[in-house]
Amino acid sequence: MAKHETPLLDQLESGPWPSFVSDLKFQAEKRAKNEEGIEFQMPVDVVEDLLGILELSFKHGRTHWKHGGIVGVFGYGGGVIGRYCDQPKNFPGVEAFHTMRVNQPAGKYYKTDYLKQLCDLWDFRGSGITNMHGSTGDIILLGTTTKQLEEIFWTLTHDMNQDLGGSGSNLRTPSDCLGQSRCEYACYDTNALVYFLTNEYQDELHRPAFPYKFKFKLDGCPNCCVASIARSDMSFIGTWKDDIRIDQDAVNKYVENDPAYPANAGAYKGSKDWGPFDLEKEVLGLCPTKCMKFQNKKLFIDNANCTRCMHCINVMPRALKIGKETGCSILCGAKAPILDGAQMGSLLVPFIEVNPDNDYEAITEVIENIWDWWMEEGKNRERLGELIMRQGFQKLLEVTGIDPMPQHVAYPRTNPYIFWKEDEVPGGWERDVDEYRKHHQR
Amino acid sequence: MSDLLDNKEAAQEAVVEWLNKKAKTKSKFYIKDFYKIFPDDKPRMIKKVVNKMVEDGILEFWSSGSTTMYGLKGGGIQHSSEGEN
Repeated sequence: MAKHETPLLDQLESGPWPSFVSDLKFQAEKRAKNEEGIEFQMPVDVVEDLLGILELSFKHGRTHWKHGGIVGVFGYGGGVIGRYCDQPKNFPGVEAFHTMRVNQPAGKYYKTDYLKQLCDLWDFRGSGITNMHGSTGDIILLGTTTKQLEEIFWTLTHDMNQDLGGSGSNLRTPSDCLGQSRCEYACYDTNALVYFLTNEYQDELHRPAFPYKFKFKLDGCPNCCVASIARSDMSFIGTWKDDIRIDQDAVNKYVENDPAYPANAGAYKGSKDWGPFDLEKEVLGLCPTKCMKFQNKKLFIDNANCTRCMHCINVMPRALKIGKETGCSILCGAKAPILDGAQMGSLLVPFIEVNPDNDYEAITEVIENIWDWWMEEGKNRERLGELIMRQGFQKLLEVTGIDPMPQHVAYPRTNPYIFWKEDEVPGGWERDVDEYRKHHQR
Repeated sequence: MSDLLDNKEAAQEAVVEWLNKKAKTKSKFYIKDFYKIFPDDKPRMIKKVVNKMVEDGILEFWSSGSTTMYGLKGGGIQHSSEGEN
C-alpha cells in the first residue's frame, strides 16, 4: 500500500510512453523492501514522499519546492543545488532534497562497474533517483540532505576519481558528442578538447566568477548532435576547409540502387517503402546552396559555395566524406528564452585549428578574450548572447581581435549609418589644413 | 593589481567593512558588486580574493542553482525562512 494516494500521477502512467511515475514507484518499493540491506542515510520513504508532494503540487497547481540556499561542498561554489520542500511536516522524507551535478565523462563513456559504484553510493547516501543525463550533460543525482554532501563528495573524489560539475554563476560542465571515438564525420577529437577545457578551466568551473552561467558545448561536425549551436554560450562545431572527398564509383552505386549502398546508411530502411533512391530528388534538389550537379555519371560539388550542411554526406556516407583539412567553427551567444527570446549562436570564427600539441592555444585565446569582456561588461544575470545584442557584434569582434569577414554577416544591414573609429580611418581625424586649402577656399 | 587588493588582510577587511555597511538592506551580493570595492582591479583578481574569503569561512555562497551570490557567513536570510523573523 502506497504511503500517499496519487490518483493524478497514476493517470500519467496510462499513456504509451515509459513513465517516470512508474520508475519512482518501482524505486519506492525497492527501498521499502531493501533486500540488499542498505543502511539508508536518507529516510527510507523519501521516494514515497516525493510522489506525495508531486501529487499535492498537481492538486494545488503550484510548486511546493523552494530552491537555492547555502549548500555546497568545501571550496566549491557549484555542483550542488539546494532544494527544500515547504511541506516538511507532511512529507518529511523530502524536507531537504538537494541535487548534485556530477561531471560526466567525455563522450559519456562508462564502465559498468563505475555505474554500479555510483548507484550504490546514491542508494546509500541519497534517494537512489538519478537523471542520466541532465540538460547540462551532467550525471544528476536527485535528492540528498546537507549532511550527506561532504561524504558523497569524498567518495566521488577519493574512491571514484570523479569530480562535481558546474552550477550557478560558473562555467558549466563542458559537454560533447562522441566525436572521433565513434563517428567518421567528426572533424576533431571532441573528447580530447572537452577533457582539456574541463581541466584547464577548473577554477572557472568550481569558483563562481561570472555574471551568470556560461556553457561550452562541442560538436564534432555540423550535424550538431549535441545541438551546441542552440544550447551553449560558446559552441565548437567541427568543419573543414578543403573539398568534400568524393568516391565517384560509390556515388554510382547509390544511383544504381546497389543494396550494399543504402541511402542514409540504411537509417530509415523498413519504416516505409521509400521507393528507389533518387539522387536528383534526395540530394541535389535538397542542397541548400544548389552547389552540386551530376553529369555523365560524375558528381560535381562547387565547394566554394558549400555551407557544410552535411546533408549529402549523411545520405551517401560511402561516397562522400568530410575534407581532410579539418578544425572547428566557433559560435557565440546561444541561450534559452529567459530574456529577449531564444537565440542561436552567431558565427564568430569560421575556422580555427584544433591543435592539442600547443594546448589548443588558438581556442583558449578566443575564450579568454570573451570572458574578460563579459566579466567586465556583462550585467548581473546577463548571458553572453544578451551582451552581444546590447553592445553589438562589432564589439565582440573588437575584444577578440577578429577582423570582420563576410561569414559574419547574417543579413544585409538595416541601419544606414556607419560610425568609424579614428584608427579605422586612414590618417585618423587629424588633417593637414594647408593641404586642404590648396583645393578649397575659405 | 592595486595595493589594496595586493594586501590580503586589508582587502579582506575592506570587503567585510563594505558588506557590514550594506547589511541593513542587503545580505547577498553578486560578484560584480565587489568590483566597486576594487575599482582599479581586474575581475579575475577580485574573484580570487573573494573566493579565498569563502574558503577561509568569512563569506559563504548562496546559490539559486542558476546564479551564485556571496554574503557574510551566517548573515541574512538562510534557506529556512522566506524573510520572516
